Amino acid sequence: MSGAEAASLVRSLPGVDAVGLEARAASLGTRSVKKDSKARAIDLAISMIDLTTLEGADTPGKVRTLCAKAVRPDPGAPPVAAVCVYPSMVATAAEALRGTGVKVASVATGFPAGQVPLEVRLNDTEAAVKAGADEIDMVVNRGAFLSGDLERVFHEIKAVKAAAAEARLKVILETGELVTYDNVRRASFLAMHAGADFIKTSTGKVGVNATLPVTLLMMQAVRDFRAATGTQVGVKPAGGIRNTKDAIKYLVCVNEVLGDDWLSDHWFRFGASSLLNDLLMQRQKLTTGRYSGPDYVTVD
Amino acid sequence: MSDRLRVKKTYKLYVGGKFPRSESGRSYPVTTPDGTELANAALASRKDVRDAVAAARKAHRPWAAATAYLRGQILYRAAEMLEGRSGQFAAELASSTGADPGEALGTVEAAIDRLVHYAGWTDKFASVAGGANPVAGPYFNHTKPEPLGVVGLLAPQDDPLLGLVETIAPAVAAGNAVVVVASESRPLPAIGFAEVLATSDLPGGVVNLLSGRVAELAPWLASHADVNGLDLTGVDDPELAAGLEREAAENLKVVRRPGSGTDSLASLRRWTEYKTVWHPAGMAAAAGGGY
Repeated sequence: MSGAEAASLVRSLPGVDAVGLEARAASLGTRSVKKDSKARAIDLAISMIDLTTLEGADTPGKVRTLCAKAVRPDPGAPPVAAVCVYPSMVATAAEALRGTGVKVASVATGFPAGQVPLEVRLNDTEAAVKAGADEIDMVVNRGAFLSGDLERVFHEIKAVKAAAAEARLKVILETGELVTYDNVRRASFLAMHAGADFIKTSTGKVGVNATLPVTLLMMQAVRDFRAATGTQVGVKPAGGIRNTKDAIKYLVCVNEVLGDDWLSDHWFRFGASSLLNDLLMQRQKLTTGRYSGPDYVTVD
Repeated sequence: MSDRLRVKKTYKLYVGGKFPRSESGRSYPVTTPDGTELANAALASRKDVRDAVAAARKAHRPWAAATAYLRGQILYRAAEMLEGRSGQFAAELASSTGADPGEALGTVEAAIDRLVHYAGWTDKFASVAGGANPVAGPYFNHTKPEPLGVVGLLAPQDDPLLGLVETIAPAVAAGNAVVVVASESRPLPAIGFAEVLATSDLPGGVVNLLSGRVAELAPWLASHADVNGLDLTGVDDPELAAGLEREAAENLKVVRRPGSGTDSLASLRRWTEYKTVWHPAGMAAAAGGGY
């Protein structure tokens, strides 16, 4: 598909019923998941986490510590899906995770703003893949998107996809900066047509991160995209999901909107850091019958 | 006589500086000793216990780090607020316990004095309980009392105000954050006291107050891994108390058994642990340390 085709297709998408979307998300958020179902939901959520550290103060030691936690979060708990780091930490993470089955994800393309020349973004991506990243989390050019230059956004995603080669490409829409639900729907389809393997809500670096309605909207886009093209794309809400209750709401949405096909770590991820500790505390509560506390999980 | 409809108070919980209803949405009727209905109080659930402990844990560190002087000022402020509302408390106490009004006022005054007493302790306690230790070696060695952290308090059943203050004040003065389960059949003065604390510059979450069934709430407090101390004063059933002690032992909580004395220094020490520091004397001198 050419850039012009994709842009015109995206522009012709119907608008989003904002009230309906929010009401649907709110109603899906009221499901009561308890006991055995909760225990299974917790383990599923743990296995879907991209355990993330994206700080200027990240050190190889901190990344290695996080990798150890990713492989064995708690006795009996499953490993997480991936560890998500900056490109400079990919080699350290790849070394620490070799042979464990936990993937290495790297943010790239001038994360989080993406406001660097395309050439630099592509080099960033190639370097991360070369250092051992299995997955690339790229940011879209919001400046171009918001100024209406959809073709440019499309071509840039395609170029990054090519640079990422075998690595799975997650495209961060940064929904908090896209202003409207209509834009989120357009950006989702644009990214999928350009070859995204995953669409991801946020960087976690702006005021508004993943929300349930926005993620629900992206799930609907992914579902419609598969119906239209036959290609399945994953969804990754990131930022602001801090507790078990919220994580379970997202899982309910996946189940209701997308069904079993998406209910695995290959097609759904949580971009999170503090969420894991809350899941582990809830897991300990279900195992021991006693409420747990922050003294019984790691300080990250 | 005015035909105005009286605005009655809704008695709620006090968690994290706010006054929420129980997460469960339940309530229970509170009566005078002779059975006249006074009000409905929130019937807290185990999730309210969990939320209260989380709020207390969050509040504990800044409260422990506040200067002893500030903690004293805030407790004194609570005494001021209680003094200003002593009439209301005396009436509330008289109706819930059946005591005569004069006696009830005396109890309120004793509670105020108790608060002032512990307010005075905050900046003296460290010198009394800690200090410099003589050691045979080139070291400065000193011991400092530090708060335990989060303490669960089951307040006395038959003494809903003075007993409550007696239970809360030492734990809070020593720098702990607390989760209190009020007297089950007479919770109203405790909820009134929460309003006093809320208007005394006490940071939200330092004192959290729940009303409800002791037999329902206490086991969750006793087994909670993030609670460091447990006061069993308000547990009248010896079998329940023994079970709670067993649960509390799981993470080595400090336990106060029913019937322990009310000596104020002992009460402060109970919710305290000690940190002893060995400091090489020579190096301090070399670094220009001035002891």
